[in-house]
Amino acid sequence: MSTTQAINNRSKTAGLEQESSQATSTSSVYDTKQLNLWYGDNHALKNIDLDIKQNEVTAIIGPSGCGKSTYLKTLNRMVELVPNVKTSGQIMYRGRNIFDKDYSVEELRTRVGMVFQKPNPFPKSIYDNIAYGPRIHGIKNKKILDEIVEKSLRGAAIWDEVKDRLNENAYSISGGQQQRICIARALAIEPDVILMDEPTSALDPISTLKIEELVQELKKDYSIIIVTHNMQQAARISDKTAFFLNGEVIEYDNTDTIFSNPSDKRTEDYISGRFG
Amino acid sequence: MRYIEHDIVVKRMNGRNVVNKLFKSIFLLATLSALLALVILLYQIVSQGASHLSIDFLTNFASRFPAEAGIKAALVGSIWLMLVVAPTSIILGVGSAIYLEEYAGKNRITTFIQMNISNLAGVPSVVFGLLGLTIFVRALALGNSILAAGFTMSLLILPVIIVASQEAIRSVPGELRDASYGMGATKWQTIVRIILPAAIPGILTGSILALSRAIGETAPLIVVGVPVIIQFLPEGVMDTFTALPMQIYDWSSRPQQEFQQVAAAGIIVLMSVLLLMNSVAVFIRNKFEKRY
Ligand SMILES: Nc1ncnc2c1ncn2[C@@H]1O[C@H](COP(=O)(O)OP(=O)(O)O)[C@@H](O)[C@H]1O
Ligand SMILES: [Mg+2]
Repeated sequence: MSTTQAINNRSKTAGLEQESSQATSTSSVYDTKQLNLWYGDNHALKNIDLDIKQNEVTAIIGPSGCGKSTYLKTLNRMVELVPNVKTSGQIMYRGRNIFDKDYSVEELRTRVGMVFQKPNPFPKSIYDNIAYGPRIHGIKNKKILDEIVEKSLRGAAIWDEVKDRLNENAYSISGGQQQRICIARALAIEPDVILMDEPTSALDPISTLKIEELVQELKKDYSIIIVTHNMQQAARISDKTAFFLNGEVIEYDNTDTIFSNPSDKRTEDYISGRFG
Repeated sequence: MRYIEHDIVVKRMNGRNVVNKLFKSIFLLATLSALLALVILLYQIVSQGASHLSIDFLTNFASRFPAEAGIKAALVGSIWLMLVVAPTSIILGVGSAIYLEEYAGKNRITTFIQMNISNLAGVPSVVFGLLGLTIFVRALALGNSILAAGFTMSLLILPVIIVASQEAIRSVPGELRDASYGMGATKWQTIVRIILPAAIPGILTGSILALSRAIGETAPLIVVGVPVIIQFLPEGVMDTFTALPMQIYDWSSRPQQEFQQVAAAGIIVLMSVLLLMNSVAVFIRNKFEKRY
């Protein structure tokens, strides 16, 4: 965490002229090497190589069933909750292989927060939702919890909307607000990376816009990997885009390049809406 | 060419509506006949037993004279019995349900266990009585105590509690589990903080319904050797006791006509206890109404 902060500070004070050199030297958060994954006999991810950079938004696009969610769930090892899953290869997170025997999943998941497709707040008060993560990691002090709750809700740009109703059930607010509560809940564990699996697919256009703006805001402090089936969304909010097809990465590049000048015919077909 | 000819559809509409109404009446009739049976039963019992109901009936011990016969020992005995059965069966039942739903893998052994739990729910209560007699009364030498009878009753309702708790746990949406695991919670934290709170209404309703079965059962108590005529109150779980259905059974099998009224009064007390337990179950279900 401290190295993240240090790098953040450095890039803030670095000034404009150094921006380009900074960009080339940003360190990677996740380096995936030859990742394969099987659900039973179903070979869902094939030889994935992806190098994901810090403080960027990386979008994962591709048609339904191509393995986007599977890849995302592999990054925090949630995929292991599915019975009969086998993996091979490596995912280096900050220099350590997350598949190492002595890497605890609980530790990994406190560094890597996740936001799901359907807003899934706990059937508890808004306050208890946000305080859930800090509490399971041992924070009991009410004052500290209060501070974390406020900071996280502000971070998810929903503090003003819910500050007077923190004790109300999280299901009493709209779907779009619930999703931002879920983002705030993920922020409360002070993660390094935030994984988002089609976070706006269940939301109306205005709520979607709010979350897209929020993602732009969050990337200053976090690295974000977002799955989306909405290509305009990927183009609007991401720095890098990976195009998945049948469990393979077809193309991975700067978002501008992918959308204006893709090098693979299949990427071009998908982006121009010829299939998917 | 059209596949749906609207004119014909309209013509056939009448016939369809008649069939629709016919089935509605059949189902209504079925419900009403069940209701009627219940009303007749209640009327008979109340008209027979009401005259014998009084404070004395609740505070007197059993007696050879119908006019003095009271239900005190049985009522207190049944409460003692529940004090043993409720914690034993709920702790074991919910524990097994958590194990089966959250920890056990899906393999042949768990499928076998699961199948046998469902089968156990259908085993006659007399058989559980024999089991209790062999294990608790004799092997563990607990005699015909509250503890022995309570453990026997717990075994009897355990399958029902396990199945009800499993269903309650299974109905907690997977997304809530994902959210909890996704923040680095351990399995135990997720069970205690997310799954059980969400499942508790279902678990409690199922358990209370199972307990009300236990409070009305007679056969296992007879087999275990629970006496009927008792002129003292138990002071601990190792004491012997009697229970409401035992007492009612005894009164109703006596030749004097007056004892039939005493039995009816006893049934009113038992039904009131059952009604009370079921209202608690309904209250819990409404109070913790789910929000997802
Ligand atoms: N829990 C699961 N069990 C078995 N197969 C799965 C599971 N989840 C996904 N799959 C399979 O893995 C492949 C990729 O699915 P997924 O990652 O959900 O795709 P996407 O998110 O791109 O739509 C599909 O073939 C799907 O059927
Ligand atoms: Mg998906």
